[in-house]
Amino acid sequence: MSEKEIKNLEEIFEQRIARDEKIEPKDWMPEKYRKTHIRQISQHAHSEIVGMLPEGNWITRAPSLRRKVALLAKVQDEAGHGLYLYSACETLGISREELYEQLHTGKAKYSSIFNYPTVTWADMGAIGWLVDGAAIINQVPLCSTSYGPYARAMVRVCKEESFHQRQGFEIMMKLAEGTPEQKEMAQDALNRWWWPSLMMLGPTDAESVHTEQSMKWKLKRKTNDELRQQFIDQTVPQADLIGLTIPDPDLKWNEKTGHYDFGEIDWDEFWQVVKGHGPCNKERLSARVNAWEEGEWVRDAAMAYAKKQEDKKLKKAI
Amino acid sequence: MKNNWPLWEVFVRSKNGLEHRHFGSLHAADAEMALENARDVYTRRNEGVSIWVVESKHITASNPENSGELFEPAQDKVYRHPTFYTLPDEVKHM
Amino acid sequence: MKNENIIQYIYGIADNALILGQRLSELCGHGPNLETDIALTNMALDLLGQTRSYYQYAAQLSGDEKTEDDIAFLRIERQYKNVLLVEQPNRHFGYVITRQFFYDVFHLLLLQELQNSNDDTLSAIAKKGIKEVSYHQRFSSDWMKRLGDGTEESHQKAQEAVDDLWKFTDELFHMTKDDELAFESGIGIDVSKLKEHYYKRIGEVLEEATLTIPETKWFQKGGKQGIHSEHMGYLLSDLQYMQRTYPNMKW
Repeated sequence: MSEKEIKNLEEIFEQRIARDEKIEPKDWMPEKYRKTHIRQISQHAHSEIVGMLPEGNWITRAPSLRRKVALLAKVQDEAGHGLYLYSACETLGISREELYEQLHTGKAKYSSIFNYPTVTWADMGAIGWLVDGAAIINQVPLCSTSYGPYARAMVRVCKEESFHQRQGFEIMMKLAEGTPEQKEMAQDALNRWWWPSLMMLGPTDAESVHTEQSMKWKLKRKTNDELRQQFIDQTVPQADLIGLTIPDPDLKWNEKTGHYDFGEIDWDEFWQVVKGHGPCNKERLSARVNAWEEGEWVRDAAMAYAKKQEDKKLKKAI
Repeated sequence: MKNNWPLWEVFVRSKNGLEHRHFGSLHAADAEMALENARDVYTRRNEGVSIWVVESKHITASNPENSGELFEPAQDKVYRHPTFYTLPDEVKHM
Repeated sequence: MKNENIIQYIYGIADNALILGQRLSELCGHGPNLETDIALTNMALDLLGQTRSYYQYAAQLSGDEKTEDDIAFLRIERQYKNVLLVEQPNRHFGYVITRQFFYDVFHLLLLQELQNSNDDTLSAIAKKGIKEVSYHQRFSSDWMKRLGDGTEESHQKAQEAVDDLWKFTDELFHMTKDDELAFESGIGIDVSKLKEHYYKRIGEVLEEATLTIPETKWFQKGGKQGIHSEHMGYLLSDLQYMQRTYPNMKW
């Protein structure tokens, strides 16, 4: 194809998106669109499955049977969400194994928040409430993103996700109204997870490299800073309600803007964790690599068995 | 040697009376496993009463490049639709 | 029959579901791939769901302020009545599947009898469980065949697990004193009568899986009397951690 033809196709393509038409797997798409989507969808999928680990850490120690089944179901949902997203990504012509390879070699990123350790039970509450809360803010707009398979996966994810945040908030609420020891546990978890949750919504707009292009392709509908403000505005009253304190001395309601003002985020810490120096980066990755490597003989066995059965069927037919 | 589980497409009937609808895809080594995985992945919340699975490679899809010749010719065949025909106002229920 | 005996009888069934559910939930996030991970967790959830039904009933029978969680988390090791089989660790996927398969076959036979219990609650729990456990048995039987008749490596690993776990199967059919009492009063069943059917079904699947039935005539027992393997203490320290560290709190 000549450059001019490509340019023409690109124009038609952009117009389709602007008209809110969906792009489907076999449609022509610019290479950059494909690559960007593979990057973002797989990053999202990786975040789901790496995100299983910090919470998985508490399944065997959950304090009641009710909490145990809820947490188990929640972490299982994350596996499901990872699966939906990998499937969406595979429609772009890349296999799940290739995507795993990128994760395992550190080439692909996942949400940095999962590189923090879960040290008490209250962290299950804080993750559900704050991390899932921030994730939902990110995810809901993606239900109408331009790439059909991604949008459909996100509709399913968001539908299932709705119990996750409630589950977390309920844990926090129960702790906050419990003994002084429990309340302290809840406050401590909020203190540790608050800032990483704010960072989860991405670098400030000035620092963000992808925002403009992503807006055009409806991979993003609002900027990182807008999303962050939305998250803070909705979360602060919830903390007030259960009597916990947001660990930000600069946080205060601004009558004029109708939003909360908040303190400076420690971006050095953010970039350090992104670059692999967070408290659990190594552990998370090696847990994933181990599961995959130790599972190889199992996956091979299933394929070998399937082939034998197929051969048997063929022989019978002859 | 890479020996990866192939991709399958999953269709679920959410209740009797409705058609099977494409729900998504998954990996499985054989058809039996694909059915079991589909049950475990796509009907956790009571979403289905019947499942079909088909290995993705067995699906033949039309090419969007041919959309013009495939689908546009049907656009102007208005006589296939009831509104094409005029009836006197007195005729009810037709 | 005294309530205390019925309660003990219930523990004899329910503790298996709790401990096996706990073992399976250790795997969540670490399965050989996403689909299998999700499937194993579904089984864990079924088992923990059954556990709750049994314990809620036992708590109700005990009459005092007892809850399902007191029963699940606040007994000492000697008071757990699960069989040794279900507490065995997840050494590798071959063990996970074989342990599951050995238990599922028994579990289904047990529930099919228990649904005829003259205790309405136990009968109802059994009826609901049959559907779940039928699927478990189907899942684990299919996987036994895949591993046994898969690659050379998987065959060897599956055989290793079968050889190792075989010695725990006989205990499933031991009748405790509470079992006898429950059986006599029509509440419980005679598990010793399930044995023949059990080994027949196990044998069929193992044969199809090209695996060999171990010749050993030596079997381990003790779980039903609360004398567990050394693995149990570690499992319980995880399970009970929160309740022991923060006693008398609501979660």
